[in-house]
Amino acid sequence: MAADAIRALLDEAFPDGSVDVLDRTGGGDHFQVTVQSESFDGLSLVEQHRLVNRALAEPLADGTIHELRITTKGTA
Amino acid sequence: MTLREQIQQVIDDEPVAIFMKGTPEQPACGNSLRALQALWGAGAPITAVNVLPDPQIRQELSALSDWPTIPQVFVKGELIGGADITEELSASGDLARKLDEALGAEREQVVKTVAVG
Repeated sequence: MAADAIRALLDEAFPDGSVDVLDRTGGGDHFQVTVQSESFDGLSLVEQHRLVNRALAEPLADGTIHELRITTKGTA
Repeated sequence: MTLREQIQQVIDDEPVAIFMKGTPEQPACGNSLRALQALWGAGAPITAVNVLPDPQIRQELSALSDWPTIPQVFVKGELIGGADITEELSASGDLARKLDEALGAEREQVVKTVAVG
């Protein structure tokens, strides 16, 4: 899966957010995603990461994402 | 006991539990290793469960934790997060503070592995 497809899913889930997706190995299955969004304001880190995991539930479940690193930031 | 009950028991009973790929002696995944190192650095006692022997372990675990990826770290029954959050909390000192609160500052730092299923 291309980084662009991951980015599209995150853009859809966090329309206000700034999204950065890095294909860490160039192999299309190890990604570092960084999302800054007001959706994260007031949430615990676990809840913040859950929102990202939910946005990427399908590629996570079917194995197209083999490894996912997440960095989240609120706007507050 | 069902597999899910066994997993829940580890989460509930162990001060710090990590569900990982491989074992502390032989981690089979970079993220599991990162989480282990972060826990160790924060002075955590570690109870490790290897999810690799049976795919069912990971399925049941994710169903009850609402967390899709491995590793998963729990302190006193509460999901702390995966490798990224554990690393972040360890680096900021928040993890050590949380452990002090939950387990006391005089905790013994032992590492053990338990099997489920």
